[in-house]
Amino acid sequence: MEKRTDKNSYTILFAIGMVFVVGALLAYLASALKPRITENQRLEKQQNILYAMGVNNNEGTSAVFVSTEEAPELFDQYIKQQLVIENGEVKQDTTAYLIDVKKQQANAKAGKVRRLPLFVGEKDGKTFYIAPIRGKGLWDAIWGYVALDENMIVQGAYFDHKGETPGLGANIKQRFFMDDFIGEHLLNDKGAFKGIVVAKGNADPKNVNKTDNEVDAIAGATITGDGVTAMIRKDLKLYLPYFQNLKNKQ
Amino acid sequence: MGKDSKLILDPLADNNPITIQVLGICSALAITAELEASIVMSISVLFVLAVGNVVISLMRNIIPSKIRIIVQLIVVATLVIIVDLVLKAFAYELSKTLSVFVGLIITNCIIMGRFEAFALGNSPWRSFLDGIGNSLGYAVILIIVGFFRELLGSGTLLGIPVLGNPIPGELSGLYAYGYENNGFMLLSPMALIVVGIIIWVQRTKNKALIED
Repeated sequence: MEKRTDKNSYTILFAIGMVFVVGALLAYLASALKPRITENQRLEKQQNILYAMGVNNNEGTSAVFVSTEEAPELFDQYIKQQLVIENGEVKQDTTAYLIDVKKQQANAKAGKVRRLPLFVGEKDGKTFYIAPIRGKGLWDAIWGYVALDENMIVQGAYFDHKGETPGLGANIKQRFFMDDFIGEHLLNDKGAFKGIVVAKGNADPKNVNKTDNEVDAIAGATITGDGVTAMIRKDLKLYLPYFQNLKNKQ
Repeated sequence: MGKDSKLILDPLADNNPITIQVLGICSALAITAELEASIVMSISVLFVLAVGNVVISLMRNIIPSKIRIIVQLIVVATLVIIVDLVLKAFAYELSKTLSVFVGLIITNCIIMGRFEAFALGNSPWRSFLDGIGNSLGYAVILIIVGFFRELLGSGTLLGIPVLGNPIPGELSGLYAYGYENNGFMLLSPMALIVVGIIIWVQRTKNKALIED
């Protein structure tokens, strides 16, 4: 005797029903929660930018952002200008921090103009130029914010990732890795853009040499490290003309 | 009651999902380089497996047998996505820590294995206990492997240095005597070897587990 649930017609009806129920449930949840999620992401961007310029609540060896409640206020307080560089033209834009770097990279690939956001922050009388970067790790996207001074020397860095291996590639967002970038030069001694290489076996694990354009890599995270190297080289190089202009003006 | 407690206790040792059933090996290799990641993964699996088992058990009489695997997959994927969305909206920081594990949970064979082998034929309460038991069995192995890999690979536990300072020039603790971290411990092959050692120890102590 065939069971009711073995019938083809039942199977098809069940499948259709399930698709509707699950689809409706997920679609409803996704749209109902979207405003909150977008708001969270907006605050996170502000926290990231502030983190890179050293406005954070770091404790011991762990990286801690300013709280989400304080973020908008501190962002207004520390970030003096939000700029967008388009075809070499610099414009002010108070929503520059919302620019989707991924979309802009795709635009550049498609031959369209890439809008480059740059945030000018001031803290303790020092000026920081913070730029977002984005690239590929081992499994998925990696991105970050790098704060520079007018000589393109790194003043702070924040990295994040979507799905790097916990304990290995995921450690790019740990302070022992991010803090290594502080003080590193992006230019070589002749003033040409060189980037910063995440290097294996550079015989400088304490990162004493700040002008070698190298930081110490994480063991077991070679591909993620190479991804960091690549996104710094590719994305920060685009800002070189801005910094050269800055120098010429002085 | 004796039967119910067996559901929890069996998977902890003699019917461990990793060492005896050899399920969930993929995630046991991937995320055990650090103890903290092992613990987070264990908690996530505990939640998904316990709730998923109950859902499947409640649906067990209406699921068409021909497409039951697909239905199971949809249930676990839906659960994980709901959890991910809710966390993103209400506990954003936590969701970022967990997002890495989402894909690994959906593809975790322990979850599909328990749905198929247990929840489809048992009551919701017993399925719930089975889910808790199996995820605890999974957690035990993950935590043991994570403990040894982090200790021997990085010289830390939960990110806190326990063997001294390995930085040349500031050597302290064990490192001052010439000890060095074994970077190989951080790579997946060593997780397999650690799991192998656990299986070896377990089967040496309990001969009944040895198959021909």
